[in-house]
Amino acid sequence: MRKHLKIHLTGAVQGVGFRPFVYNTALRHNLKGYVINDTHGVVIEVEGEEDDINRFLISLNTEKPPLAHIFSQEIEELPLSGFEEFTIKKSESKGKKEVFILPDISVCDQCLSEMNNKKDRRYRYPFINCTNCGPRFSIIERLPYDRPNTTMKKFRMCPDCEREYKDPSDRRFHAQPNACPVCGPHLSLYSSDRKFIAEREEALKIAVELLGKGKILAVKGIGGFHLVCDATDDKAIDLLRERKRRGEKPFAVMFRDIDQIKDYAEITPFEEAVILSPERPIVIVRSKKETGLSKGVAPYLDRIGVFLPYSPLHHLLLNDYGKPLVMTSANLSDEPIVKDNDEAFEKLSVFTDYILVHNRDIRNRVDDSVVRIIDKKISFIRRSRGYAPLPVKLPLRLERKVLAVGGHQKNTIAIGFDDKAFLSQHIGDLETLDACRNFEEIINRFFDLYSFQPDVVVSDMHPAYHSTRWAEDYTEKNSIPLIQVQHHYAHALSLMAESGIREGKFLSVSWDGTGYGTDGNIWGGEFLLCDYEDFERVYHFDYFRLLGGEKAVKEPRRVALSILFDMYGKDIYRLSEVQTLKSLTDKEMEIMFRVWEKGVNSPLSSSAGRLFDAAASIIGIRQTLSYEGQSGMIMENYYRWDIEDHYPVDLRDGVIDWRPLFDALINDRSEIDIKITRFINSLGKVVLRIVDEYSDIPSGLTGGVFQNRFLTEKILRMAEKRGLKIFTHKKVPPNDGGISLGQLLKG
Amino acid sequence: MKQILLSHGGGGEETQRLIKDLFFRYFSNPILEKMEDAAVLEINSKLAFTTDSFTVSPIFFKGGNIGKLAVAGTVNDLAMMGAQPLYMSCSFIIEEGFPFDHLEEIVRSMYEEMKKSGVKIVTGDTKVVPRGSADKIFINTTGIGRIVYDGISASNIQEGDIILVSGTVGDHGACIMAQREGIEMEGDLKSDCATLWPVVKDLIDSGIPIKAMRDPTRGGLSAVLNEWAESSDIGIEIEEDMIPVKDEVQGMCELLGLDPLTLANEGKLIIAVPEDQAEKTLEVLRDNPLGREAQIIGRAISDYKGKVILKSSYGSKRILEPPAGELLPRIC
Ligand SMILES: [Fe+3]
Ligand SMILES: [Mg+2]
Ligand SMILES: [Zn+2]
Ligand SMILES: [Zn+2]
Repeated sequence: MRKHLKIHLTGAVQGVGFRPFVYNTALRHNLKGYVINDTHGVVIEVEGEEDDINRFLISLNTEKPPLAHIFSQEIEELPLSGFEEFTIKKSESKGKKEVFILPDISVCDQCLSEMNNKKDRRYRYPFINCTNCGPRFSIIERLPYDRPNTTMKKFRMCPDCEREYKDPSDRRFHAQPNACPVCGPHLSLYSSDRKFIAEREEALKIAVELLGKGKILAVKGIGGFHLVCDATDDKAIDLLRERKRRGEKPFAVMFRDIDQIKDYAEITPFEEAVILSPERPIVIVRSKKETGLSKGVAPYLDRIGVFLPYSPLHHLLLNDYGKPLVMTSANLSDEPIVKDNDEAFEKLSVFTDYILVHNRDIRNRVDDSVVRIIDKKISFIRRSRGYAPLPVKLPLRLERKVLAVGGHQKNTIAIGFDDKAFLSQHIGDLETLDACRNFEEIINRFFDLYSFQPDVVVSDMHPAYHSTRWAEDYTEKNSIPLIQVQHHYAHALSLMAESGIREGKFLSVSWDGTGYGTDGNIWGGEFLLCDYEDFERVYHFDYFRLLGGEKAVKEPRRVALSILFDMYGKDIYRLSEVQTLKSLTDKEMEIMFRVWEKGVNSPLSSSAGRLFDAAASIIGIRQTLSYEGQSGMIMENYYRWDIEDHYPVDLRDGVIDWRPLFDALINDRSEIDIKITRFINSLGKVVLRIVDEYSDIPSGLTGGVFQNRFLTEKILRMAEKRGLKIFTHKKVPPNDGGISLGQLLKG
Repeated sequence: MKQILLSHGGGGEETQRLIKDLFFRYFSNPILEKMEDAAVLEINSKLAFTTDSFTVSPIFFKGGNIGKLAVAGTVNDLAMMGAQPLYMSCSFIIEEGFPFDHLEEIVRSMYEEMKKSGVKIVTGDTKVVPRGSADKIFINTTGIGRIVYDGISASNIQEGDIILVSGTVGDHGACIMAQREGIEMEGDLKSDCATLWPVVKDLIDSGIPIKAMRDPTRGGLSAVLNEWAESSDIGIEIEEDMIPVKDEVQGMCELLGLDPLTLANEGKLIIAVPEDQAEKTLEVLRDNPLGREAQIIGRAISDYKGKVILKSSYGSKRILEPPAGELLPRIC
């Protein structure tokens, strides 16, 4: 029997070779009709024998192109209309835009083998791509995703490329960035004072030679520029650190292939799979000792961030050079990654003498994503290239169109409507002017791309966050409501939402560095009993002073001192074993005591992250920090699974007293690794005790502190033994990069 | 030890004696001595008129005391409007039991400070309140000055104008905070408390067109620059490294996590002049002891209207927010 169906698909179904796939599948099953992109996704009408239609429907879901994500499928039956053939119709651009913008995806194996084939017309062409791979989000100017709406519009396809582009049976059918050496973008090498050196193959050759001479190069990639140098060259890396004012923060290293990574790092099969995934994130893995990789890559850490080439240009660079390369975002600290050529010449000459550019413009700035594996799952540190801006599905429908502006550090913004949350790429710390401008620019980009105007804006409660101030201004100007959500509640909501919690109470362990509390103090070690309506703070760490405010966040010894003064008063000189005291003169200590006693610029805090810092200082790991989270990261070097005990844990009336814990730590004469393990175990014990108290409701771990793999895994193991289910983040970062998702839920 | 008693403020004989023996000894001038209900002044000119109350704690600090501050503060407010300080009123609210020699020292330093601008106290008042009703001593001064340079205003600044500061910033705030909190710093933390009229006079006499001028007291440099940016609807770009800060002030700020740009000054001025007058202004400032460490610190720009931008030596820029009541860490 003949039937006529109309199928409406939504999801990531444009620019992934979906229409040719439908076309070919329909032909294979002898169906007539058409396929068309509309602003909601893809519409298909098919007419043919019922059996064929059924087989077609199965193929649609099981054989779809690798990059396609189908979110919903609606089917209706229509009277027969007598189609004569199956066609691909031209896209419509009217109506409300609701299609997904795809992230940038690493070059596929087929393109790579063409690029390495001497006889192929794209042999060694750094911009090869097809419908299954290549840039997407970084080049899109507006929807629908068609070549004239991307930065490829300035390149007119040559006859060969055009033929591929128009041929539904070709891998490059409607591959919008399709290009070749004849008609597409090309490389040029310049000195940083803008003198032309060479182009195309010659540019690449000289660039590789320069790397061999220990030079630092700026290289334009997919979502922005990288600063690149030999990862085995101590001098080059020292110079890079000096020029970038980077202190000791680790650099990511790109390797030629997975085998080369294995020469330098210990990786598990799961980590291998993530490293090889088409999103190509930077993955934090355990480094091997004595590999020839410069110590300057990741000072004091037993881990490195590794990733594989994701653009054809990276493949050429890494293969021609042979050795691993440091690839770090080209920017001054706290500024956005540089993306435009002019901007590069203007800003990057302080880092480098040479800039390898190309003439395909980057429309949307996208940093590399960073992940690590915790409890055999991906845990995002930064969700950006490869993932953003794919939406996160919400467990409930938003009643209004919501803009959430995120936090202050590791900022992301999000827009939400219906049951979808579109989180932006990583925007970063809103410390500098350019970062703040980038934040505003990305908000406006999201408005444009999704034809979105918010009915309501949600921000943090912190009065001094740039994001809060922007939201106050914007809502006032546009006369729409502003909702402010407490920081740790937003963390909680983000975890509830991505975990699919629909209703009922949820116990959120929200532990991070700092966030503004409803009592005006600085929170960060919170147990919040939440639902989507409201929260109750059921437990928190007892308050301590942050001596010198923000200064204490950068100097763990100030937090340690605060805790020591609290416990032992002025008389802490006798604690000769405590490493904190060795980094301070008597005079400084005297002053710090006055500061503590009088509370001069020393707000009260309950932050778990700061307690980590205090322990790090007392044990002698770190007295001042070179970058955020450094003490906790170094402490991870020492964790030992064979040590199970912990320091005393004291909970009373909703307050967790850290004094017995720290008193035991200070008097513990064991080795560093034992002390650190016991400290981490103690925090785990605190979590477990309270989660156990609320064992009748689901609970979860959120906040930057849970980027600590051992703390998180320890808690999950203990919970498992007791049969408790604890949620952790899988879709958005536990750190402030996930805040915007949580905020949306209050819109 | 002689103390101030409630009767000193009663209006009777004791009050009269306090006025004659102490205040007249230092403040004496024909108008004040008339002791009528009000001072009679004859000035035929455009006037500047300002008032301020001084409640600083501690009342004696390195580099000055509450009396010196009460004179300099009001005189400076007049000077910043291009006005030559002429007359002042002065009211004391004194806590019962306040040591007489402390009061005398305060009055003597007011006298010393008045000589620097030639301002005269022409009327005054003294009240004594019971113990605990006030903290030691409060002083209110009100000043009148003759405008000798008209048109200075926070809303005059245009793109290209150059911003200068007459010396190191944060000295007063750092000194007061250290003494109040009992923090002893290495080196010499001293208030910069001073009468600015002599240097303002030099600026006016040299014929420099002054667009805007302010003494950055409470809220420091940051508060003034932000006010200017907003009032003039321009951006102000400041070179962070050009702002002079004393090492001991910097050290104190590092220790306490404070920003010298938000700390009070009591003897510094910020001035905005047209670009081609910047070098001359710098010279005039540096020729006066009050401006020896003057610096050009920035300029008005057309971008970033209403905002103050701090440029670091390595090129990154951040927004200098107006000082808020409480400093709360934003770093997570
Ligand atoms: Fe947070
Ligand atoms: Mg005043
Ligand atoms: Zn491909
Ligand atoms: Zn071509």
